[in-house]
Amino acid sequence: MSIELGHFALILAFAIATVSTVGGYMFWRSGERISLFLSQGAVLQFVLVAASFAALIQAFVTSDFSLKLAADNSHSLKPLIFKISGVWGNHEGSMVLWVMILVAFGAMVAAFGRRLPSDLLSLVLATQSMLVAAFAGFTLFTSNPFARMIPPPLEGADLNPVLQDIGLAIHPPLLYAGYVGFSICFSFAIGALISGRIDQAWARWVRPWAVLSWMFLTLGISMGSYWASYELGWGGWWFWDPVENASFMPWLAGTALLHSALVMEKRNALKIWTVFLSIITFSLSLLGTFLVRSGILTSIHTFASDPTRGLVILALLALIIGGAFVLFAMRASALRTGGLFAPVSREGALILNNLFLATAMGAVLVGTLYPLLLDAIAGTTISVGAPFFNLTFAALMVPLLIVLPFGPMLAWKRADVLGAAQRLIGAAALAIFLTILISALGGISISLAPLGLLLGFWVAFGAVAELIDRSKLGRIPPAESWRRLVGLPRSAYSTAIAHFGIGIAVLGIVATTAWETELVTTLNPGETAQLSGYTIAFDKSSQVQGPNYIADQGDFTITAPGGGTRTMVAQRRTYVASGIPTTEAAIGTYGFSQLYLQLGEPLKDTHVVRIWHKPYITLIWLGALLMAGAGALSLTDRRQRIGAPRRAIKAMPEPAE
Amino acid sequence: MTMPSAVRRKGWTRKQKRLGLIAGLAIVVALATTLVLVALRDQIVFFYSPSDVATREVVPGQAIRLGGLVKDGSWVRNGDNNVFVVTDGKSDLTASYTGILPDLFREGQGVVAEGSMTPDGKFAATNVLAKHDENYIPKEVVEALKASGEWHPETAEAAK
Repeated sequence: MSIELGHFALILAFAIATVSTVGGYMFWRSGERISLFLSQGAVLQFVLVAASFAALIQAFVTSDFSLKLAADNSHSLKPLIFKISGVWGNHEGSMVLWVMILVAFGAMVAAFGRRLPSDLLSLVLATQSMLVAAFAGFTLFTSNPFARMIPPPLEGADLNPVLQDIGLAIHPPLLYAGYVGFSICFSFAIGALISGRIDQAWARWVRPWAVLSWMFLTLGISMGSYWASYELGWGGWWFWDPVENASFMPWLAGTALLHSALVMEKRNALKIWTVFLSIITFSLSLLGTFLVRSGILTSIHTFASDPTRGLVILALLALIIGGAFVLFAMRASALRTGGLFAPVSREGALILNNLFLATAMGAVLVGTLYPLLLDAIAGTTISVGAPFFNLTFAALMVPLLIVLPFGPMLAWKRADVLGAAQRLIGAAALAIFLTILISALGGISISLAPLGLLLGFWVAFGAVAELIDRSKLGRIPPAESWRRLVGLPRSAYSTAIAHFGIGIAVLGIVATTAWETELVTTLNPGETAQLSGYTIAFDKSSQVQGPNYIADQGDFTITAPGGGTRTMVAQRRTYVASGIPTTEAAIGTYGFSQLYLQLGEPLKDTHVVRIWHKPYITLIWLGALLMAGAGALSLTDRRQRIGAPRRAIKAMPEPAE
Repeated sequence: MTMPSAVRRKGWTRKQKRLGLIAGLAIVVALATTLVLVALRDQIVFFYSPSDVATREVVPGQAIRLGGLVKDGSWVRNGDNNVFVVTDGKSDLTASYTGILPDLFREGQGVVAEGSMTPDGKFAATNVLAKHDENYIPKEVVEALKASGEWHPETAEAAK
């Protein structure tokens, strides 16, 4: 019964979204009456989709296998958390999650956006409703999650074991929150283009949403990377897999958007570009959804490849993105360009940032889509692998990272490079000193690795230097300096922390790429292996029984170079319901480094064992966490609170055209 | 912080500034495009079936992807060294790989391996791609099998 109610709720949400779309676009000039109606509609959509999502969760938790989706993807022996996360571990359910997050963001705009001008609010909510109608309609008509199965099977077919992990409970919701959050920026861009209201206040409203979505996307991508590194048994953290690229492209565009919206908010410049980026970022999110959901890419994320679904998503994509760009082409010339600035200025630095990020995004886009296009047009199957991306991406990131520390040091409008350089001398000296020290200690010859380290240290220290400089440490009494440091706005801290995070991530990437060691060997119980100073003793091999799997287990004792032992357990599991084997690697974290143990197939008692030592790999994810944390911090800044800047509108009475 | 700016020079009109900006952007984009094209020319990896390898000249050492089915009864393990035959029904190719094969590596199942040809006409795999579903056959392999007439959908009907 609750299944049918859930189905009905989703249909109702679809109907309300359709009405809101049509009504919103027709009557957006009608002031408070229509905006209030649309706000209520947005909240109602949220309640209804939440109800239908809850109905699915209930069916999975109670193992109601008369629901086809549950029968195909769940199993009564599965632990509770995997029963819940299994709801979105399949195509239909993940679309419901997508719509769920979409309506949640729409309801948030309705809740926090009361102070927006009613015409802009109406247009934003109408555009959100249009997206809800499109994707709820797609879910209902091509991928109905509420289909029943009569007669119900006694037991479910179980979820793909690779997905039976805490990662599935965390990674997709975060990633989707990031993808879908950018829909708000998209809707604001559409609203601005239709209404012609595009000024600094607009940027101030858009930026918190961009920061929020970017924060979720950063967390989602890094969680996905961490999950892949321990679950898939590939022993890496990034593969330039098309699906990874699909999430990385909106991240690059979104990062550019954060920075260009800053220019627009402070200096009323880069308006057209910011609107363009808002559209592009969400378009890339949609492209990502299409690439992943259509099944044209072969990857872990491809649950089912029904060609009609792919075509429908492609059509939706073409309509939404195409429509947005047509509108952009028609209206962009009507937007007035704003503030002037010299090439060497904060604005100039942010343009440089945008240029490199957008170009890097373009390079990733080419590498991702080229094989698909070639296959479709010429029928040649090729793959563009990691070497292409490493080469092009690194070549574009290096100049960006070199100039990054200068950015926050430059003044708006017109700046002094030499002055900024003077204030960065300390950071540069420290970075060079540490790089030489590490290289000398490690006995490293000239190679790319020390240069990479230098870059990482430079970015990290450069970020801190900005704070130190602003506190005037050493130039005024320490107490005074401390007071200045505490009194700095949170935005200064969030900038510094985010940039510091990038530096940390670069250090992790360089260290783990350059100094990773690997050993593949065969071990009998009782034998030991050596890698990078670690002694790995294979204690015993055994068979164990889990809740819904049996496993071949290896127990190891690891002795670290500095002494100290710990035991680690690696497994090869075979899931009962599906017969699918998975590898559960044993991972030991030592400081920032990780030792990674994978058990191969047994030959009697002998096991093939693959061991990696990945120095400083956790810095990569730590850096991402710092970036996301910086995003959260900047959201708490009083000046950036969502929907707050009412006074700012009065202070900035730029007429809407 | 508030140093008088040293760049307050004359001569840059608004138009020149804009031109300079556009020129700068164009240079970076042009460099990036060149880079992408060069990298694409050098770094793309072509997909071959065993028949393709037999009929077309593949330079030893050049990175390729090989796809097909693992021939029944061909997989020999010696410690961490694996030798198996990849077939598309028409041609067979012996491949070797050192390391742990993916969980779903089975005889009779589809496989995609990255690596290169050795001078003695064998395939040395550097990476055997993980797959995620026991019924799943990579799209490239399906196409290669279709091309050689060895595609039997009934054996893979659950491949969705």
